[in-house]
Amino acid sequence: MQDILIILISSILINNLVLTEFFGLSSLFGSPQKIEPVIGLSLATILLITLATIANFAVDRLILQPFDLEYLRTLAFVITIGAVIPTAKKIGRVTSPVIKNSLALFMPLIFSNTAVLGISLIIINKNISFIESMFAGISIGVGFSLILIMFTLLRERAALADVPRPFQGAAIGLVTAGLMSLGFMGLIGI
Amino acid sequence: MPVVKSDRMNAPQLGGAVSKIHMVLLALIPALSIMTYQFGFGTVINILIAVTTATVSESIILALRKRPIKVHLNDLSSVLTAVLLGLALPPLAPWWLVVIASLASIVIAKQLYGNTGVGLFNPAMVGYAVVLLSFPLEMSLWVNPISVLVEGINHPNIFESFSIVFGMSNSVDGITGATPLDAFKQSSGLLVDQIYQTKTVFSSALLAGAGWEVVNIAFLCGGIFLLQARIFSWHAPLAMMTTISILAMLFWDGGSSVSAGSPLMHLLSGGTMMGAFFIITDPSTSVKTNNAKLVYGALIGLFIFVIRAWGDYPDAVAFGVLLGNCAAPLIDFVSKNTTKISMETSDAE
Repeated sequence: MQDILIILISSILINNLVLTEFFGLSSLFGSPQKIEPVIGLSLATILLITLATIANFAVDRLILQPFDLEYLRTLAFVITIGAVIPTAKKIGRVTSPVIKNSLALFMPLIFSNTAVLGISLIIINKNISFIESMFAGISIGVGFSLILIMFTLLRERAALADVPRPFQGAAIGLVTAGLMSLGFMGLIGI
Repeated sequence: MPVVKSDRMNAPQLGGAVSKIHMVLLALIPALSIMTYQFGFGTVINILIAVTTATVSESIILALRKRPIKVHLNDLSSVLTAVLLGLALPPLAPWWLVVIASLASIVIAKQLYGNTGVGLFNPAMVGYAVVLLSFPLEMSLWVNPISVLVEGINHPNIFESFSIVFGMSNSVDGITGATPLDAFKQSSGLLVDQIYQTKTVFSSALLAGAGWEVVNIAFLCGGIFLLQARIFSWHAPLAMMTTISILAMLFWDGGSSVSAGSPLMHLLSGGTMMGAFFIITDPSTSVKTNNAKLVYGALIGLFIFVIRAWGDYPDAVAFGVLLGNCAAPLIDFVSKNTTKISMETSDAE
């Protein structure tokens, strides 16, 4: 129980993959600049990351490790993530229209999120149990979504600012993300 | 400096009305005088270098952008940022450290977001965090407060201070030492009573840590003066200090070897009071409604305590504030939507 709590807190706040390992930056910058669609996008990403972590864990333990095929991990995981998407869509259809719509609208952003693949690879390398990796998947997804939502809201605020012309658009976004990670660096070591 | 001159010229035209920033600068005077008494002339020199760098860099950027330089410089907001930065940086720090910190705060955190009003991150704290992460060694050397100095060693006088800052002579031995929060962090494994007896920063102090307690009380007095003048509301500072005190009480652990320190030590050490009254009350990087301010202050207090107690950095005001700035739009968004929902439900009734 305590392990799971530590996993939750540390991957949501302290070792946040986006700001410390720069995972999923393309999705962060490619995401829409309004908050409403971003909330749906975050929920869909959490769902997909969790499912992908579970599926990749199963693929790794049941197929790759018994046959000594660990070197195929990256390739196998990409295929698994692709195979998980219909399941995610089905869950979205049953549970919430918000998730369903964002899965349809932002499929490239969610699917090509490097964080989804990166998280599975990192979790597998950590050699933790199934339940722990599931929680790690969920919390990393929540961590990514937290950054995404905060970043979008900061960007909405910055859109009101009188930003110098050479810095408008993606440049000020990068500066904002950099300053966010400056703050998060203070949490390292906890 | 042109800023001061033109400011004097403009003051009568405003009909004697002093702006909020003038009041804040006024409220920093007690803290500055006490810091100068406690730590020597280093702080004054820091402020001089920071204000010069800030004014020059801001003028260059405004000129590049073809904006009216005088109008923007006259609002003194960059001077305030530079003064806060000068107070936060260690006295007798090398001049380039102060210059880099001021450039980071004015150019990156302030001007890139279009002068003032819509800043996302507190400029002074951005500058501080940048140099803290880049030059940890220089940032860890704090001048000892006057009551901790060994017999026969004095703070350098103003000329010696200048030559130390500009690298023309070496620093005097024995004038730098650990701050109370540093000392506390380094002595893990000791009982709190043992720390208080062995470390001179604590044994020669009345409340929390020699020198620092007085400095923090000076910031507190300045803050209360600003509260009286209704420059900002009490919500954020009170929430931050309450959170720090409650957490410190919870993790005080009877003063054992794993104690995270007493509430009094946390309130009166490092940058707590400066952060509570002069940093998190900055209107452009803060939140809008009073309820949101309570959450904002409490969140910053939480981060400050967590980093101080278990993180790598002994004082965490800068990181706490930056993390709070990250979350500020989110807090605003949530509070706006909860009020909207509660209004809708009350309408429905």
